[in-house]
Amino acid sequence: MINAILVFNNHGKPRLVRFYQHLAEEVQQQIVREVFHLVLKRDDHICNFLECGSLFGGSDYKLIYRHYATLYFVFCVDSSESELGILDLIQVFVETLDKCFENVCELDLIFHMDKVHHILQEMVIGGMVLETNMNEIVAQVEAQSKLEKAEGGLSAAPSRAVSAVKNINLPEIPRNINIGDINIKVPNLSQFM
Amino acid sequence: MALKMVKGSIDRMFDKNLQDLVRGIRNHKEDEAKYISQCIDEIKQELKQDNIAVKANAVCKLTYLQMLGYDISWAAFNIIEVMSASKFTFKVSSLCNYNCTSQAVSLLYLTNDLSSPNQYDTGVALTGLSCFVTPDLARDLANDIMTLMSHTKPYIRKKAVLIMYKVFLKYPESLRPAFPRLKEKLEDPDPGVQSAAVNVICELARRNPKNYLSLAPLFFKLMTSSTNNWVLIKIIKLFGALTPLEPRLGKKLIEPLTNLIHRYVCKCCFLHLGVVKVLISLSSGMPNHSASIQLCVQKLRILIEDSDQNLKYLGLLAMSKILKTHPKSVQSHKDLILQCLDDKDESIRLRALDLLYGMVSKKNLMEIVKKLMIHVDKAEGTTYRDELLTKIIDICSQSNYQYITNFEWYISILVELTRLEGTRHGHLIAAQMLDVAIRVKAIRKFAVSQMAMLLDNAHLIASNTQRNGICEVLYAAAWICGEFSEHLEEANQTLEAMLRPKVTTLPGHIQAVYVQNMVKLYASILQQKEQSGEKEAAQEITQLMIERLPQFVQSADLEVQERASCILQLIKYIQKLQIKEVPVAEEVIALFAGELNPVAPKAQKKVPVPEGLDLDAWINEPPSDSESEDEKPKTIFHDEEQRHSRHRQPEIDEEELARRREARKQEQANNPFYIKSSPSPQKRYQDTPGVEHIPVVQIDLSVPLKVPGMPMSDQYVKLEEERRHKQKLEKDKKKKKQKKEKRGKHHRHNSLHTESEEDIAPAHHVDIITEEMPENALPSDEDDKDPNDPYKALDIDLDKPLADSEKLPVQRHRNVETQKSPDSEAPLVEKKSKKPKKKEKKHKEKEREKGKKKEKEKKVVEEEEEKQVILQGLHYFRDCCYGPYLFLCCLLLGNRNLQNDSQVTVSVIFENKSTSFLKSMELNVLDSLNTKMLRPEGSSVHDGIPVPFQLPPGISNEAQFVFTLQSIVMAQKLKGTLSFIVKNDEGSTHEKLDFKLHFSCASYLITTPCYSDAFAKLLESGDLHMSSIKIDGISISFQHLLAKICFHHHFSVVERVDSCASMYSRSIQGHHVCLLVKKGENSVSIDGKCNDSTLLSNLLDEMKETLSKC
Repeated sequence: MINAILVFNNHGKPRLVRFYQHLAEEVQQQIVREVFHLVLKRDDHICNFLECGSLFGGSDYKLIYRHYATLYFVFCVDSSESELGILDLIQVFVETLDKCFENVCELDLIFHMDKVHHILQEMVIGGMVLETNMNEIVAQVEAQSKLEKAEGGLSAAPSRAVSAVKNINLPEIPRNINIGDINIKVPNLSQFM
Repeated sequence: MALKMVKGSIDRMFDKNLQDLVRGIRNHKEDEAKYISQCIDEIKQELKQDNIAVKANAVCKLTYLQMLGYDISWAAFNIIEVMSASKFTFKVSSLCNYNCTSQAVSLLYLTNDLSSPNQYDTGVALTGLSCFVTPDLARDLANDIMTLMSHTKPYIRKKAVLIMYKVFLKYPESLRPAFPRLKEKLEDPDPGVQSAAVNVICELARRNPKNYLSLAPLFFKLMTSSTNNWVLIKIIKLFGALTPLEPRLGKKLIEPLTNLIHRYVCKCCFLHLGVVKVLISLSSGMPNHSASIQLCVQKLRILIEDSDQNLKYLGLLAMSKILKTHPKSVQSHKDLILQCLDDKDESIRLRALDLLYGMVSKKNLMEIVKKLMIHVDKAEGTTYRDELLTKIIDICSQSNYQYITNFEWYISILVELTRLEGTRHGHLIAAQMLDVAIRVKAIRKFAVSQMAMLLDNAHLIASNTQRNGICEVLYAAAWICGEFSEHLEEANQTLEAMLRPKVTTLPGHIQAVYVQNMVKLYASILQQKEQSGEKEAAQEITQLMIERLPQFVQSADLEVQERASCILQLIKYIQKLQIKEVPVAEEVIALFAGELNPVAPKAQKKVPVPEGLDLDAWINEPPSDSESEDEKPKTIFHDEEQRHSRHRQPEIDEEELARRREARKQEQANNPFYIKSSPSPQKRYQDTPGVEHIPVVQIDLSVPLKVPGMPMSDQYVKLEEERRHKQKLEKDKKKKKQKKEKRGKHHRHNSLHTESEEDIAPAHHVDIITEEMPENALPSDEDDKDPNDPYKALDIDLDKPLADSEKLPVQRHRNVETQKSPDSEAPLVEKKSKKPKKKEKKHKEKEREKGKKKEKEKKVVEEEEEKQVILQGLHYFRDCCYGPYLFLCCLLLGNRNLQNDSQVTVSVIFENKSTSFLKSMELNVLDSLNTKMLRPEGSSVHDGIPVPFQLPPGISNEAQFVFTLQSIVMAQKLKGTLSFIVKNDEGSTHEKLDFKLHFSCASYLITTPCYSDAFAKLLESGDLHMSSIKIDGISISFQHLLAKICFHHHFSVVERVDSCASMYSRSIQGHHVCLLVKKGENSVSIDGKCNDSTLLSNLLDEMKETLSKC
């Protein structure tokens, strides 16, 4: 079982935090910090496995990490997972991100965190590995984003609002509308006209 | 209204989306916290909007904030709300937010999604479920998920299979019914599903492998056919767990595994490792495979020598697995392991240390520990050094000091370890010192001399306050010197060392031990001096004590203070006696007579409970509350009485006392916890077996008893080598003699075992006292098992055929009887049987469970009965539900007086059965497509309707809610929530009560009388659909049967001839329903005619259900 998947940068700023057990936010941050300090100490040319003691509440857990450019990808797993298997999984994850974002960089992870979560959901579910085949993962992610696009997506909400405003006859709306308890200050909407 | 919408839209234009939020945070580096709190306020505003898109956007932003460590649990409800949105996009955005939703999810939304036609909707619901599955959810959804395991889309199948594992964990009862299907999935055509199934079974089998042995052939097939590395690794791991249980499996596996090695070893070390691991466990079952183990170890060696650090690490890891079963084959690679200790990578060093633990033998212990000591000196970073320290101690003390041949060496190692700076493990060293000194009698003399030296050099150890950890050893040192003071050579000097003013800077508990043990020392010095007749020296030492002890009396630590002042008084008294020239030593030494024996850590637990002793029974009945209150004013008198009795006590006559003493002795003799005093130490020696052959220590005179300065363990290594050499020479001589005697006979045999471990005789004959256990201790091995282990519940025999009772619960109304947890916080939902008699019976059962609720419930039932009378002509049904505060009773009134025939009124009776005040009640129902609650204009579907009254304790009231229906041909179930505020002395809390509204088809019928000619016309008209049912096993009378149909299904009898009757009813939407009921021997057949065939078949189904219960 995978217990947690953490991605943070060289300065320890979290970029993706996913725990597969319920922990309070403070504890999560504490773990991220400690894992960061453990990982930071290590050279690039030593092994990718690390025992994390009682950080996760059991001696069974192990950190398996990879360092790519500015980002650390850390998986915390128990003894039922194969170490090299997880290393491979990290590689698959990063390659999938690369394929979905086209030359992924830290900024992609920051600004499209929701998408990163979706990709991860197609790989790992509830701490268990769902799919290891990159093509399959990419296909599912794309199918779902198509579905989202068909619905207009999250970002479409403001634009729909804009079109709603366009549809009403703006010049007829006075600057201030006062009806009972509703008070609308009409902003300058000329830019939408 | 429209303006409000416009306002919302305009505002939303300027809402931040996730990208804006991130950008904003990055632009406000200096005042990030302030900016975020501002954003959170905005998000709170957004969540209050009606627009679901806005909410989804807000939730998406929350996800980001949570990652940054902000608590977002306050938004849990909104997240669920977004999850329930109909659009996929919104659902996905909300599901990112796993962690916080975990506590507050209702399954209402999930069930909808699970059965959604869109595979991604279902997929998302499953993903969500994986993160917040609770025992309740697991029980309710187990069946649904099991159905999804055979979904047409592999995407859903594989998700469902994985979720099943989570369900098993939370609801172990589901494992057996679901297992056959899980097994099927191993042979699924889709590789993804296959790998998911393998994944789940491996995870299950890891905890309880023996239940999965029967799957071995299946896995065997998979292993030979699968090309997916992930699956192969998992299967190999699984076999690793299975082979130790079934040796035959090993034989079968060896061939294909060897093939696998050849297939993969060159290109992919990956698998190779897994394979190696199995080979190891394989051979553990079969001793004749030592060749293959040798092969494995050789291969591992190549890996460990590899330049790739990862392979090195894994090699060591695999090695440690071999070590468990075949220590000898690994021991030959000691050089390699020791080399790894020098590695720059801490992970690898730690692995190597682990290996060393298993590799030690009597022969190489000293050498290995010497190497480790060198590393301790070199190591930088306290964590690693601490790790080394614990490992050294672990290695030496493992299996009861099995590998230690020379305890003097061990003591000196421990003393050397005290020189470590800044270690946290001082107490560990101290514990070892105490343990060795107490249990190895032969070593005491040496240990005491070493400890005395430690005490002498205490200033070195305790000088730095930062090195606090290590000063723990002084605790051990002081105790050993005090307890075994008879072995001390320079007792005076040690006593003085303990009385130094510097000691007062030590931690309190150590000072306390110092104080206690200096008296022991003092006592033995006193005895020594008195025996040799040096009275002045004896008085001097007393004087010294009296001078120095006051510094401890002033200690801030209570324990130290108490002991010191007590002892100071004692010594002052001794001084008085000494001045009178009374010999006191014997009496002082008697204070510390007797020997302390080591007690095993679990001894207390293992004491068997004597027969006939009930530990849970009260010794004295606890006084009832009322009694204690009554007696309070009397306490003054009580006190006096007690005082009287205390005065009287000395008057008890001697005989009585003797009797009591005898009784007490008897009791103590039978009490295992009571430490019996023994007449004299000498006698004890004879009594206890095992102690009588205490060795006469044959200490090599070559070992210096007193090492000047700090001891050097290296010396022992050299000495040991010499000693062994000598022994070997002697043995060789003997052997030669033997050979001469028995020429040729055991020739080969002898040469093979020239240096087996048994040949190394320990330096002294050491008798390690085993720790004491109580007599007839229970030989239980269950000490280590954690009763809370969630995996233990999954230890279920899967090969037994399924019993009917084990079927997974299908979602439906739950009866109270099946839920035997009256205390559980989840509100119980109950659908009452509509049969009055049965209801009574049920109530009786319930009464037993919930004594107090009895009366109130009855009242409600009575009320209902009254209502029946009032509401005659209307139809009704009842659905009751109650939580810890409220009793809800819903009556459905299909009101035909309304012009609108698609509306029904539901009357809900609220009864407050708590002692608190209930207010702000709000009833909300999750609308279905067909049935909607009529809400006041302007409110959204998610708003509840406020109940227009408040409820004082014990009061009930009724409110009516109107529902609109589109079609009445189907039964409907609506889920709803009543939220309310409970106000009592402790404040007010927000509570919720979930309930279900059940609109059965019969409840839409209105009992309408009909004349036989009109009835005949209706039947002739020919535009009615027809359907019929037959029910067997009916034993009640026809009369009774008709009454039932009339009562429960709102029909009226048109005509009755013998055992045949025609009945009629009309729905609120004007459907005519005609029935012809015929009674046979033991069965009844019902033919029905109705305008709507669906309505008719549903009605007949309902009828079948009620009647078959007869």
